[in-house]
Amino acid sequence: MTMGKKLLLKDIDVPGIKSFEVYRRQGGYAAVEKALKTMTPDQVIDEVKKSGLRGRGGAGFPTGMKWSFLDRKSDKPRYLICNADESEPGTFKDRYLMEFIPHALIEGMIVSSYALGAKTSYIYMRGEFRWIFPILEQAIEEARAAGFLGQNILGSGYSLELYVHPGAGAYICGEETAQIESLEGKRGNPRNKPPFPAVVGLYGCPTVVNNVESIAAVPHIINMGGDEYTKIGVGKSTGTKLISASGHINKPGVYEIELGLPVEEFIYSDEYCGGIWKGRKLKAVIAGGSSVPILPADLILKTTKGEPRLMSYESLADGGFQTGTMLGSGGFIVMDETACIVRNLWTFARFYHHESCGQCSPCREGTGWMEKVLHRIEHGHGHMHDIDLLVNVAKNIEGNTICPLGDAAAWPVASAIRHFREEFEYHVKYPEKVKDRNHFEKEPFISERKLSVAEV
Amino acid sequence: MTTTQPQFSDAAMALVQKIIKRYPEGRQKSALLPVLHVAQAEFGGWLSPGTMDYVASILDLKPIEVYEVASFYTMYNLRPVGKCLLEVCRTGPCMLRGSDDIIEYLENKLGIKDGETTADGMFTLKTVECLASCGTAPMMQVGDHYIENLTCEKLDDILSDLAERTSK
Repeated sequence: MTMGKKLLLKDIDVPGIKSFEVYRRQGGYAAVEKALKTMTPDQVIDEVKKSGLRGRGGAGFPTGMKWSFLDRKSDKPRYLICNADESEPGTFKDRYLMEFIPHALIEGMIVSSYALGAKTSYIYMRGEFRWIFPILEQAIEEARAAGFLGQNILGSGYSLELYVHPGAGAYICGEETAQIESLEGKRGNPRNKPPFPAVVGLYGCPTVVNNVESIAAVPHIINMGGDEYTKIGVGKSTGTKLISASGHINKPGVYEIELGLPVEEFIYSDEYCGGIWKGRKLKAVIAGGSSVPILPADLILKTTKGEPRLMSYESLADGGFQTGTMLGSGGFIVMDETACIVRNLWTFARFYHHESCGQCSPCREGTGWMEKVLHRIEHGHGHMHDIDLLVNVAKNIEGNTICPLGDAAAWPVASAIRHFREEFEYHVKYPEKVKDRNHFEKEPFISERKLSVAEV
Repeated sequence: MTTTQPQFSDAAMALVQKIIKRYPEGRQKSALLPVLHVAQAEFGGWLSPGTMDYVASILDLKPIEVYEVASFYTMYNLRPVGKCLLEVCRTGPCMLRGSDDIIEYLENKLGIKDGETTADGMFTLKTVECLASCGTAPMMQVGDHYIENLTCEKLDDILSDLAERTSK
């Protein structure tokens, strides 16, 4: 077993790494010096393009390409917004990074803002992270005192102001156009695209919105060069990724992995999740945050071709939505054999119903219906036809909304029924058993279909 | 019914002015979310219509621009809450690690249901959706802090600590 390459969290255990002084001593802010003193903004963008870095918030869109869409002909100011509105259930990596190594984000913001020509940049942070505001604000003040922010940074002629802006509890504001609306002081209703934010964004100006982890990766790319960065990881999944591990495992937490790590090693190695808790067996995994398709144990460990499944964009997606899933935000939720797929799904449906902004009727109404139907199945009042009704509602939401929240709500429902239909049927057949919310802990689910095959 | 116009303390007003300066001139509406947070902290943990009107006047907005925002975001309380607002996460990852037990225990212990406030005005119980603390589930937010890795056994001490600190 080899330790994978660490970049973002390599110094996380260094005492005092939260402070500018220690962060700097560990080599911090070298990328700002290199970029501002020896590179043009276009050269910085080229290195990020070469690195193959893909957006770490969930969509996985190449960061360098996103940057290159920014309208440079416009005479309006340009903005960089850091998306720190981490709200996808199962995801808590950005919070960890900002709380424990805040200068990694500040350094990334300076280099990225320079590349984009932004003179003012905002970190849009989820409002609930109240104790992290003073941490980031102090980091900004320290960077400013050392000459890395403000007017004429390091004598380069480049000036930047950086502010932290709080959200106020709305998952939808993680969607980039909703985030821009919210930063303008409005309800977080996503905008129609086009125009894209790269052309018409904050205050109608060209704007880039990037996830915390993407921005924090930029200094490493600048320091080592884009080509060198591609040597980390596997294929088109370059670099390292922060994975938020939760659920029924021995060691929940944030882990930095080199992309390409086998899923099996991630779950069972003591270096990462440390195996399934209470000596139980693995039942299912949601690998990339609540919105990606759930996979049963056999499919998360191996693809249908029998190859080991890897923690990479391509390998997790192998098999499409029929037998695969997505890396997403890296919110890795593990379920043991006592977990109830229906109950877990009901909580997600309730989440998406709560978080739908209400603009598009398929999402506003559909998420509500999915929650209601799942509630009645889970609580022993379901009918067999409810299962296909759920599939139907999910299908009618998917692709029919302005923003991806509708898809995010539909995918978990469709995939849970695809892979675990028998458990939904069990809930309808045995309403008295499932009224106890710990039903599968008391009497684990056993496939009647498999039993009847065995008896024959 | 007469209502007195709320008024920020000097310190809060200084903070509000500092917040407004973060945004380009004429874009003071951008300060709405942060200023509403300041107002909620300043005026008893919730936003009354009077408070919202006051914020509108400071930011030169129409009152409806404030109401529609305040009602959209879950962190703004549009009704009074107890001195300690217990916001317990119940989404998937917390549910898998026992948040249902935590909520049930709190309901029994405090004698209130989700959304209610104890008769002494000390605790309000509110279930919330994912707070990005799944690795330390189950958990709840109380004011500026997350209280993580909850167990029913720990809750008695946590509640008495909170009551003691809040009364001081």
